[in-house]
Amino acid sequence: MEKTKSMKRILYDKILRFLLYFCAFITSAFLVVIVGYIFYRGLGHVTWQLLTTSPSFLSDSIGILPNIMNTLYLIFATLLLVLPLGVGAAIYLTEYAKNRRLVGLIEFATETLTGIPSILYGLVGMLFFAQFLSLGTSLLAGCLTLVIMILPTIVRTTQESIKTVPQTYREGSLGLGSGKWHMVRTVVIPSAIDGIVTGCILSVGRIVGESAALLFTAGSASVLSDFVKAMQSSGATLSVALYMYTMERGKVDIGFAIAAILMILTFFINLSAKLLGKKLKQKHG
Amino acid sequence: MKRRKILGLVMAATLSLGLISGCGSSTTSSSTTSDSSSSSSSESSASSTTIKATTLSGTVSTNGSTSMEKVIGALSEQFMNDNSDVTVTYDPTGSGTGIQAVTDGTCDIGLSSRALKDDETASGLVATTIALDGIAIIVNTDSGVTNLTMAQLSKIFTGEITNWSEVGGTDGTIVCIGREAGSGTRDGFESITDTKDKCVLSQELTSTGAVIQAVAGNPTAIGYASLAAVDSTVKVLSIDGVTPTEETVKDGTYTVQRPFNVVTKEGTELSEAAQAFFDYVTSSDANDLISAAGAVPVN
Amino acid sequence: MKHKNLALFEQVMHGIFFFCGFVTIAFVCFISVYLIISGLPAIREIGIIDFLFGTTWASTASEPKFGILPFILTSIYGTAGAIVIGVPIGFMTAVFLSKVAPKRLAGIIRSAVDLLAGIPSVVYGLVGMIVLVPFIRVFFHLPDGATMLAAIFVLSIMILPSIISVSETALNAVPKEYEEASLALGATEIETYFRVSIPAAKSGIAAAIVLGIGRAIGEAMAIIMVAGNVANMPSLFSSVRFLTTAIASEMSYSSGLQRQALFSIALVLFLFIMLINVLLNLLLKKKTK
Repeated sequence: MEKTKSMKRILYDKILRFLLYFCAFITSAFLVVIVGYIFYRGLGHVTWQLLTTSPSFLSDSIGILPNIMNTLYLIFATLLLVLPLGVGAAIYLTEYAKNRRLVGLIEFATETLTGIPSILYGLVGMLFFAQFLSLGTSLLAGCLTLVIMILPTIVRTTQESIKTVPQTYREGSLGLGSGKWHMVRTVVIPSAIDGIVTGCILSVGRIVGESAALLFTAGSASVLSDFVKAMQSSGATLSVALYMYTMERGKVDIGFAIAAILMILTFFINLSAKLLGKKLKQKHG
Repeated sequence: MKRRKILGLVMAATLSLGLISGCGSSTTSSSTTSDSSSSSSSESSASSTTIKATTLSGTVSTNGSTSMEKVIGALSEQFMNDNSDVTVTYDPTGSGTGIQAVTDGTCDIGLSSRALKDDETASGLVATTIALDGIAIIVNTDSGVTNLTMAQLSKIFTGEITNWSEVGGTDGTIVCIGREAGSGTRDGFESITDTKDKCVLSQELTSTGAVIQAVAGNPTAIGYASLAAVDSTVKVLSIDGVTPTEETVKDGTYTVQRPFNVVTKEGTELSEAAQAFFDYVTSSDANDLISAAGAVPVN
Repeated sequence: MKHKNLALFEQVMHGIFFFCGFVTIAFVCFISVYLIISGLPAIREIGIIDFLFGTTWASTASEPKFGILPFILTSIYGTAGAIVIGVPIGFMTAVFLSKVAPKRLAGIIRSAVDLLAGIPSVVYGLVGMIVLVPFIRVFFHLPDGATMLAAIFVLSIMILPSIISVSETALNAVPKEYEEASLALGATEIETYFRVSIPAAKSGIAAAIVLGIGRAIGEAMAIIMVAGNVANMPSLFSSVRFLTTAIASEMSYSSGLQRQALFSIALVLFLFIMLINVLLNLLLKKKTK
């Protein structure tokens, strides 16, 4: 009797253990296969010409420089607008807000914004920013849409980082006679820089990978301009360009080249976020 | 110390951004010859890559037909070369989207590869034809079929004929690849083959390029796409014995064709640059480039 | 004099920060109100029964029909399919990472999961379109591989990272005493994990599943590239359109009643998401208790 019970348990143990290893293996295999295939099909097409020229019909060549520039412009403009708002909201939540319910409401609102699919952001952005505010299909319309999308990320990471500031620092500053804003400016914000930068890095990752919201607000054109002109005209970022080249022009090889570039970018963004996250944890410690 | 590091990073980023964008705009004005004419420059050669500066400046936004991509791409590039301060953007979104964009005011000039409908002209839109384009019926390069009659074509797309063996090919279920509902190409195809509202499609793709690519990847697929856009990755069928070429489109013997239109809104004043671009594409100066792109100029 | 200025200044700063905090609420209200106002007219005109339960969507036909049941069912089946594949794999991987794996291996696999999370959806769509769709076509002897099955497969890989990270956090939070007690009573490690830790982390794991549902239901770009986009009633091997892709496919060129019907679809999608969000919040609150 004892022996069969043990054998059953041993079998159960072995099977489950195998399943655990197997599932972890499948997950890793997915990544390796996907990234491997992208590099296999794409890296060969990442040429100097691709990276530094604009697409030309007269000379029948393709270049993604406009898309790279559009992505950079968009990142810059979005961060410029969302950082003050997001950091301000986080500061309010941790330093100023007294009403528990209000804090809960704001946090619920932030969670809600995270859950809304990007296609809905694209729809509302197109209707409100591009049409109603007459911005047209432009990087600016895309930027404003992204600001709403990215806001929760900045609020959350800044909040987490502000929470690590020891209460004693605050009390010390106030005790020495500084006003609240002075205390926030000299004590809270400098200590929260790590969290803010982490939020920026995560946002950059989100912006680079975003396509649904931008396709309908920022458009799909690929023309090189300077910053001011580009914000007012239609422009495709790298992800949108990938979609356009693959689905619209049928140039799958270029699509894979862009995918390879995006993978490398994602890798660096992930790495930076992780290193900063580790630093933050050490401080929390 | 940390603050300075962050500040330094931000400054470096801004600086490099400024440098790159400065570089970006300066490459378009490497050699400038002042051209005092403010209207479109007339060139004796079809395409020229010397950059000229004129008094025109600003952005011209075009939006619409994916079939017109090569034509508009070439024309806008030439126009930008001739007017270095002007930027012409093109969003390849489909004829229906382009028409809607002009109506909504989110672009300057709409591009449509079909004629305007009654309710569209009623709402104040004006279409000016710049070229004719054939709609090529394409199949996979492995297919044994080379010709279809118009009747066979209609029956295939309405689902009455479902197997290649019924039209002279090897046994295999026919996969019909078509365009989205707003497509000018789809509109042209369905009105000529009389299959409006009756098409049974296996896939509805949103651009010319996507259809070509899907047909190239599926041995039993059939699709329709702009003649100007098809390349050697797919095989073009002749319809009723007529092969689509510039000549057969021009003289009308290849019946599956439609116009390339630029669409503007009555009452809306185009900016100087946009008006100049409009005048350029509707003039005979654009003809050489239009032909080179594979369409048939009409002006 | 200086005191008064300082007090005023502090008031201003407080006001500014309050504004920033309030802005998030304002955004949510704005989006909700916009969607509701845009989405109601078409529902009123088409009739809510015909809209939600009509089985034909023919928005550009001469006699247009606006029944969105195909989209609702496709989104439900597609999400369910993604959950059925994604949750077991993700969950087991989370158990592996949290309990069984040696530290270094866990770190490597966790990095892999983070990388999977960061891949843009168009990249998933691209690989799906080029590798998965032809494979399905050949393997199942179908005329065309762009099917619901392809969408389900792509979605399940896309939701894996969310499921894994939330489940892992929940499993890590199980008090060590529970596990030590179980081991002391003679259970093997595996038995402990499956009979003690997992039930203890129940609500966190439920939260992971709900999060996965939310991501799957909201995905658009990757699905557009692999699912065929014809408005059929859902079936595993046919070309299908989800709620998200229904909006994305027709939004740009639509006008009139067709456009308003698309807003109504957006409203339906938004309500689904809100429901899921509320559920998620309830589950998470239970966990912290």
